[in-house]
Amino acid sequence: MEIKVLGPGCPKCKQTEKNVKDAVAETGVDATVEKVTDIMEIAGYGVFGTPSVIIDGEVKSVGKIPTKEDIKSWLNK
Amino acid sequence: MVEECCTPGGNIMILACSGGSNVGQLSNQAAIELTQEGFGKMFCLAGIGGHLGGFIQSAKDVPAMVAIDGCEVGCAKAILDHAEIQTKNYLVLTELGIEKNKDFKLKAEEIQKVKAAVKSVCD
Repeated sequence: MEIKVLGPGCPKCKQTEKNVKDAVAETGVDATVEKVTDIMEIAGYGVFGTPSVIIDGEVKSVGKIPTKEDIKSWLNK
Repeated sequence: MVEECCTPGGNIMILACSGGSNVGQLSNQAAIELTQEGFGKMFCLAGIGGHLGGFIQSAKDVPAMVAIDGCEVGCAKAILDHAEIQTKNYLVLTELGIEKNKDFKLKAEEIQKVKAAVKSVCD
């Protein structure tokens, strides 16, 4: 599983990255987590804002900090 | 771009039909000017119409949105309905008394009227 957290680096982006990493650790799924900070690469996903979370190419969340429970539900699908 | 780089909480997504008539282009011009003035941020309705994941999820997650249709055909609303996105604020320009035609020389007073109506519907 490939997870990308889109965000230039503000506290909301960092919290989202932490929630994702915690959710991955707690569920034990085999996943890589990549932080994407390049503005042009972020724009390529067509998102209105950041932080955004992409799992295996599917945009799951835009412009808000998803909870660990939200993320776990995405990981378990 | 360190502490405040993310989407501001109050940012309003503006979706204009941008259609092929005076009212369609009024929706487009109003969206551009409102974005330039910092009222909100114009977003790509075409991306939603194309069912691109990032665009659809953005429209679903955004806390504040306004959709602007030029006429009662309602293309913007139909696109949002088709993508199962709730239309949070909605405006049809012909219902403001602006007559639909093919004259693309947009009138400044009509642009102002549309911008005022957008702001009003978002209150």
